[in-house]
Amino acid sequence: MNAPLRTPDAATDALVHVRNLTVDFLGGRKPVRAVGGVDFDLKAGDALALLGESGSGKSVTLRALMRLLPEKRTRIGGTVRVDGQDVLALGRRSLAAYRGGTVAMIFQDPGLALDPVYKIGDQIAEAVVRHEGASFAKGRARALELFERVHIPSPARRLDAYPHEMSGGMRQRAMIALALACKPKLLLADEPTTALDATVQIQILLLLRELQRDLGLAVIFVTHDVGVAVQVADRVAVMYGGHLVEVGASGEVIGTPAHPYTHGLLASRITPDSPKGLRLATIPGSPPDLADPPPGCPFEPRCSLAAPPCRAGLPERVAVAPGHAARCVRIGEALGAAPHAAA
Amino acid sequence: MSETLDTRDRGGPAQPLLAVRGLVKHFVSKGGLFSKGPIVRAVDGVDFEVMKGETLGVVGESGCGKSTTARLLMQINQPDRGEIVFDGELLGSRALDLKTYRRQVQMVFQDSYASLNPRLTVEETVAFGPQSHGQSRKEALGRAHDLLRRVGLEPRRFGGRYPHEVSGGQRQRVNIARALALEPRLLILDEAVSALDKSVEAQVLNLLADLKRDFGLTYIFISHDLNVVRFMSDRVMVMYLGQVAELGPADDILASPRHPYTAALLASQPSTDPQARISEAPLTGDPPNPINPPPGCRFHTRCRFAAPVCSTREPGLDPVAPSHLAACHMAVPGSGHPEAPSLPMAA
Amino acid sequence: MTTPTSLASADPGAAAAAPVEIAEAPIQAGRGYWGSVLARLVRDPVAMAAAFVILCIVLAAIFAPLIAPMDPFKGSMIRRLKPVGDATYWLGSDELGRDMLSRLLYAGRLSLFMGVLPVVIAFFIGSGLGILAGYAGGWINTLIMRVVDVFFAFPSVLLAIALSGALGAGILNSIVSLTVVFVPQITRVAESVTVQIRNRDYVEAARVSGANPFRVVRVQVLGNVLGPVFVYATSLISVSMILASGLSFLGLGVKPPEPEWGLMLNTLRTAIYVNPLVAALPGVMIFLTSISFNLLSDGLRSAMEVRQ
Repeated sequence: MNAPLRTPDAATDALVHVRNLTVDFLGGRKPVRAVGGVDFDLKAGDALALLGESGSGKSVTLRALMRLLPEKRTRIGGTVRVDGQDVLALGRRSLAAYRGGTVAMIFQDPGLALDPVYKIGDQIAEAVVRHEGASFAKGRARALELFERVHIPSPARRLDAYPHEMSGGMRQRAMIALALACKPKLLLADEPTTALDATVQIQILLLLRELQRDLGLAVIFVTHDVGVAVQVADRVAVMYGGHLVEVGASGEVIGTPAHPYTHGLLASRITPDSPKGLRLATIPGSPPDLADPPPGCPFEPRCSLAAPPCRAGLPERVAVAPGHAARCVRIGEALGAAPHAAA
Repeated sequence: MSETLDTRDRGGPAQPLLAVRGLVKHFVSKGGLFSKGPIVRAVDGVDFEVMKGETLGVVGESGCGKSTTARLLMQINQPDRGEIVFDGELLGSRALDLKTYRRQVQMVFQDSYASLNPRLTVEETVAFGPQSHGQSRKEALGRAHDLLRRVGLEPRRFGGRYPHEVSGGQRQRVNIARALALEPRLLILDEAVSALDKSVEAQVLNLLADLKRDFGLTYIFISHDLNVVRFMSDRVMVMYLGQVAELGPADDILASPRHPYTAALLASQPSTDPQARISEAPLTGDPPNPINPPPGCRFHTRCRFAAPVCSTREPGLDPVAPSHLAACHMAVPGSGHPEAPSLPMAA
Repeated sequence: MTTPTSLASADPGAAAAAPVEIAEAPIQAGRGYWGSVLARLVRDPVAMAAAFVILCIVLAAIFAPLIAPMDPFKGSMIRRLKPVGDATYWLGSDELGRDMLSRLLYAGRLSLFMGVLPVVIAFFIGSGLGILAGYAGGWINTLIMRVVDVFFAFPSVLLAIALSGALGAGILNSIVSLTVVFVPQITRVAESVTVQIRNRDYVEAARVSGANPFRVVRVQVLGNVLGPVFVYATSLISVSMILASGLSFLGLGVKPPEPEWGLMLNTLRTAIYVNPLVAALPGVMIFLTSISFNLLSDGLRSAMEVRQ
């Protein structure tokens, strides 16, 4: 059950170490298990994409890593170690230092991170002052440096702008600058480009990749878009019904998906080569009710390969290739060729 | 129900179902106490036609005017200038009043939740239109049940539910059923699948293809997703800052775009192949604000091929290939752009 | 519905025959909107307590002839201003020797009537005007809302007193003047809610279906506007009761010897030094009733805000 869904190497030098992470939302009539036991590791400087549809638990997993979930209404279980710290056991003080100092987060809506009534340069400077005890002037100098780092044109002038005075892509860059203010080692990105136009999205994705490379930043990027996942990360983890169902190098997961869900998800995509008039393959049904999940594999009720063993319990991870594993008991059976060769 | 021979058809298959000429809509944004604010040129001179039975895809980024165009076509907002001709009849003329027009043109909105009344059940929402046009409650509910069944929702299970009791994909099916309840000939789909998960999106796109075939519909398919637009459309119209940048057969436009903006849009689509990652952004910066569009070609501020002529003279929407129009100086011989093809020799 | 379909059933040949996929909804079909509001309201202990108090007061007022121990009009000059806890007069007696308990019970009838009726009338008039102004927009909106603004220029207490004074004392005139005070307030709320609702996609979808405006308003707008306005109106009941009591206190509303809480407060004010507890009792009733209406209205508001 607790077998990590990842390659066996590098368990010790991992920056992020997550084991059997569970998140339950309380308060309703029945607790809702949004995340049902997630294991993964991430090395410093690596990028991982968490790919999944709405309700798959991908954003909740991300927020659990930063303990951003409302404490009273959630129960988090398992182990989360980031940079040697036991995240789930952090006290208030150390949690504040951890957020921003070790881990920072960017969102789909910059409004969640940027305060509308303060100049952006001051917000960044403020964060530096609070975390590092530096002077405000030093914080402003850092802010300017960061604005240059995220390629905001005429950065000195833009430091004195308010968030609403910036365009969408610029606000996103400013939010990234704010996230980097205290030199975090891990950047959590929750669909930061979903609301952006295509030509702006690619700029932000390239910026994130550049930051990952140049600053040695580890990135966990949550998205529902396969193309975005591949663009931004070398490894992809596919989430479904609160579980990581498949993990591997992005080329392998996309090119030769092992899990029937990944396979179905990719097959239903429209690509530049999908012939017109073709009937799109679809996954029948809809995602499981997390208040009443299926007993075994979360995908079993919708899976064309479902068999009695699938209902027995959550399938163990099975290695398909080095560094590529999936939680499925019927791997390799009758899935046919890849839905479309990654081309 | 199936209408292979539509009695409402007037001009025959060669006549465009919808022709739009010189459509203009400027909004006055909020200004100070005594001054009017700046003018937002949301739609600034748009011409296009939609042929009977085709799907016209409309793509563009935020602020390009694609949604405003849809709202003008639906007469939710009144255009400042321009004509809408539906099957040969000018909208507003004696031959085509608004009520008759609206029965034939319907729209599916992007936000499946906001476009359903939270206090009405699914079947009441679908039955509203027919009831407004004189059907009895019983007849209209019967029609609603037929349509719900047609869009894949079992009326006995779903008819009595409220919008918050069904999933996003199911809500969009309800919206489609509502739009179809008046038996329209033209359906405007404004980002109708954009908010859905990919696996659900595929289900709804399949449904739309079925409905189009079975009801003999014509679609205007608005989306920001080029792959989906290419897949769904016969012809594609690319819009930029309130104007048409390029218009032509879907395969031509996406295989060999003639406007640099279309090319940049295409090149911005992330590939699913890690070997084919994009390494340089095709465009820098955000789309400019339609409040003060740049002079000349509106795209010249972001265009890597911009020449002096681009900032002084506005390119017309000219044919560059059979039934393929582009508004770019580079595509027009003798435009003054260094990359433009040379003028054919006078014989 | 989860028929085993091949995951890669992507051949065009099967397209025509393929059934439309029906997605399974994990959410149970349930009660309607008001049903779920009620369910949430029932779970709110404060609102339920307030509702219980209101119910008790209303029932006590209705059944006053049955439960009142004495005649509320029959006084006795020798048994005036008995204290609370008296063997015969459980809640004491007033300045004319009438039983306080009986009078308080009977007074609930008129006080509740004067508290609720103006709000009910104003609810209908104000909602109608507000929805008209909000939905029609343009000069109709300007006309209605500017007139409303004029009324807003006066404090509501002053307006009620002025109107009552002009119309003359009496129950009917008090109700008229209170209604006039509340109509502009409800109109303004109804107008602002209607303007919001009018621009929702579903109202636009209904408009483009070619339905006439009355039908659009009746089916699509009304239900969504009346809810919030209703909540606002319930919060006005307490104001109305206090204003009505105030009018009676000033001699502009109910006339003696009719029992009414505000009037009782007035007539007992002379006894405030002799028997403060008895003199305060009508005030306690006004306070208890109005705060209960306010708490219920708050509970209703939060029950309506949560969606799903």
